[in-house]
Amino acid sequence: METAFFRMSGVSKSYGGALALERADLAVRRGRIHAILGENGAGKSTLLKVMSGVVQPDAGTMHLDGREVAFASPADANAAGIVCVYQELSLVPDLSVADNIFASNPPTRFGMIDRRAQRRQAAAALARAGAPDIDPLAKVRDLPLSRQQMVELAKGLAREPRILILDEATSALTAADVARVIDVLRRLRDEGLAILFISHRMHEVKALADECTVYRNGRHVTSFAAGTRSDTEVIEMMIGRTYQHAFPAKPARRLPAEPVLACRDLAWNDVLRGISFALKPGEILGLGGLDGQGQRELLLALFGVLRGCAGHIDIDGKAVSIASPAAARGARIGMALIPEDRKTEGLMLPMSVRENLSFAALDRMSAAGVIDRGRQQSCVDRMMELLAIKSAGVDVPVGSLSGGNQQKVVIAKWLIRQPRILLLSDPTRGIDVGTKQEIYQLLRRLADEGAAIVFHSTDYDELIGCCDRVLVLYEGRIKRELVGKEITEQNLIASALDLPVGQVSPSTGVAT
Amino acid sequence: MNGLRYWYTENRGTIAAFGLFVLMFAIYLANYPSAISANVILTAANKAVLLALVAMAQALVVLTAGIDLSVGMMLVLTNCLASWLVAGDALHTALGIIGVLAAGALCGALNGVIIIYGRLQPIVTTIATGAVFYGLALLLRPVPGGAINDDLGDALTGKVAGVVPASLLILLAAVLIVWIPFQRSAIGRAAYAAGSSEPAAFLSGMPIRRAKFASYTAAGLLAALGGLFLTFFTDTGEASLGSANSYTLFSIAAVVIGGVSLLGGKGSAIGAIFGAFAFRSIGDLLFVFNVDALWQPLFQGVILLLAVTIGACGLFRVRNRLEWFE
Repeated sequence: METAFFRMSGVSKSYGGALALERADLAVRRGRIHAILGENGAGKSTLLKVMSGVVQPDAGTMHLDGREVAFASPADANAAGIVCVYQELSLVPDLSVADNIFASNPPTRFGMIDRRAQRRQAAAALARAGAPDIDPLAKVRDLPLSRQQMVELAKGLAREPRILILDEATSALTAADVARVIDVLRRLRDEGLAILFISHRMHEVKALADECTVYRNGRHVTSFAAGTRSDTEVIEMMIGRTYQHAFPAKPARRLPAEPVLACRDLAWNDVLRGISFALKPGEILGLGGLDGQGQRELLLALFGVLRGCAGHIDIDGKAVSIASPAAARGARIGMALIPEDRKTEGLMLPMSVRENLSFAALDRMSAAGVIDRGRQQSCVDRMMELLAIKSAGVDVPVGSLSGGNQQKVVIAKWLIRQPRILLLSDPTRGIDVGTKQEIYQLLRRLADEGAAIVFHSTDYDELIGCCDRVLVLYEGRIKRELVGKEITEQNLIASALDLPVGQVSPSTGVAT
Repeated sequence: MNGLRYWYTENRGTIAAFGLFVLMFAIYLANYPSAISANVILTAANKAVLLALVAMAQALVVLTAGIDLSVGMMLVLTNCLASWLVAGDALHTALGIIGVLAAGALCGALNGVIIIYGRLQPIVTTIATGAVFYGLALLLRPVPGGAINDDLGDALTGKVAGVVPASLLILLAAVLIVWIPFQRSAIGRAAYAAGSSEPAAFLSGMPIRRAKFASYTAAGLLAALGGLFLTFFTDTGEASLGSANSYTLFSIAAVVIGGVSLLGGKGSAIGAIFGAFAFRSIGDLLFVFNVDALWQPLFQGVILLLAVTIGACGLFRVRNRLEWFE
């Protein structure tokens, strides 16, 4: 085997007192796709940040092409040919797609940016990344998340990297995009590029990786050639405990006859059209389909965020109009929404865990407008225990928690209100396997206790494992309702692509 | 025309400010009591260019999501400096001008260095440095006085070829020499990027520090150019706290009317120039309608409120309430 093109040995990094990486090793070869696996908090992101110059290691060495290197900034790493495509987008929202793709190295003429050349080269870079549909002149802010991620990839490729790092760079992509990106990455590998990638989607790892390295608690656990270990073995290595059933059993029981929530002909702009469904207490209803088919807007419409919605919403059989989130969470309706983006919509990152847990229920823990410290403390304690939130205390900023624990805080702050209807928008995106399982179990327990749950997920496995019923949306309409045994990967994909169920072969890039 | 549509979205704020100014100035001219001569335009231009220069300076900083509350003080300081330096024969005058401009750039650079390397907030930093600049101005001119090279002063506040106000040409030169290269260069784009999303700009390896430094320094330079012009108009140096403060606040108003987002990353100095022109026209309008000058601050406030209200009208069209908060 040829020697490593890039080698990292004994690299350690700690933040405050917390050790994120402990004498980690990594070897990367050219012409190979290397998957980095591990739970959140295992040190994967820190490892890649060290490689790409975003953070500086406390100890250890890095060698690139036989020479020792150290990167003081992302610009340094770029210059050495290491380019990182981030999960949390590194795009500047107010600049155009072309400006973003050539952010650090625009083509110039007479010292000024040559916009025409830049536009042409940007179009070429987008085509190479498999997204020729994006206009280089469009403002990034106006693009949907999945398109932004393709721009991010095009931007990475435009720098002509020698090592390309993808940090959860496919998490927001649609199934069709993922298939295209997989083709692009294979071609780049064959051209001799070294590719490193992190993904929580095991089927992508299986489709792409030549070799895998597992990290746990900041340490290198093992490296192996792809396909030599079973899923169960890999997951055991990642979580360090025996992997049993990922999803809690679905109880077979009779639901009450009356729905708690029913909507008829719900419509909004051109994004939602004629949505009708009913939801009973104790039920977990999944929302599936390709990304951006109106799932997120449906939840926002129910929660009173969208203006000008047409249609009817009934709660307990009585027509209501939900004018705002404040009305939605009130006692009559009793609704809670776990939003898609926890960092901006769910949490006040610099504020403490205690305060963040209290925000949704301040009215319940105050008398005459004054917060009752005792009541607040007991609510906070109860939730920390109920969801087993791992934190150095309730007074640390919530931003210092790991992604999984942050998500638990978002859920917990709504559970204080004991909602009757719980809406979740992709709550497990970018969080680790262990926390995902805890969330699945929590949802089932809440349903058993009588809550009605609407669960939007981009992960088919979750819909299959968690939901009693799944509505598949396509272009703002409910395309198909799958119940019980009908909820299979085949059926979900077929309905998501608006194909007749049972006739699609599993070659869409995500199915295998 | 796809390209045209993108261009329009990009420059909507600038176009609106231009429209507002044209409207106000047309009303002014239509109601002007006597025949409109080149001199009327000249007076209007000279008054407007001063604020336009300061507004350009402010726009450069606001684009990076900063704010420069010392811009009026830099103007007054360079005014006092010019009343000492820009005098005598041609050589001395020329050296004096260079000295004044350099002093302004140095003040701006100082702001930049403190904000970038001290990691202090622009608002606090420039309040402090502004006080320092004003203090220096007071030391230079405890009482109003001094003079300026008269020939130069007359030339630059007069007309070129009997028609075009020289001050407008200087403003045009400032746009061509400072703004256009800035906007079209990698540095300028990094300034926009830093204003729009600094973490993203950093992760993209853009030269954020150099960009901010360039913005603050160029702002100082433009303020100094304004200070020079103030001296040409008044033929004296005066450390006036009142005018320093009003230029600072008016520059922010002009920037807002000109469609530059105070959140950074959006807008252009051209918009700020038309914002300044429009804001400046308020006084002229009051004059032609024979309104007492006492009303001027009140009307300026009302116009500013109207401008930002119209700018916020788009929010009524927003049907997803989450977009209110972006």
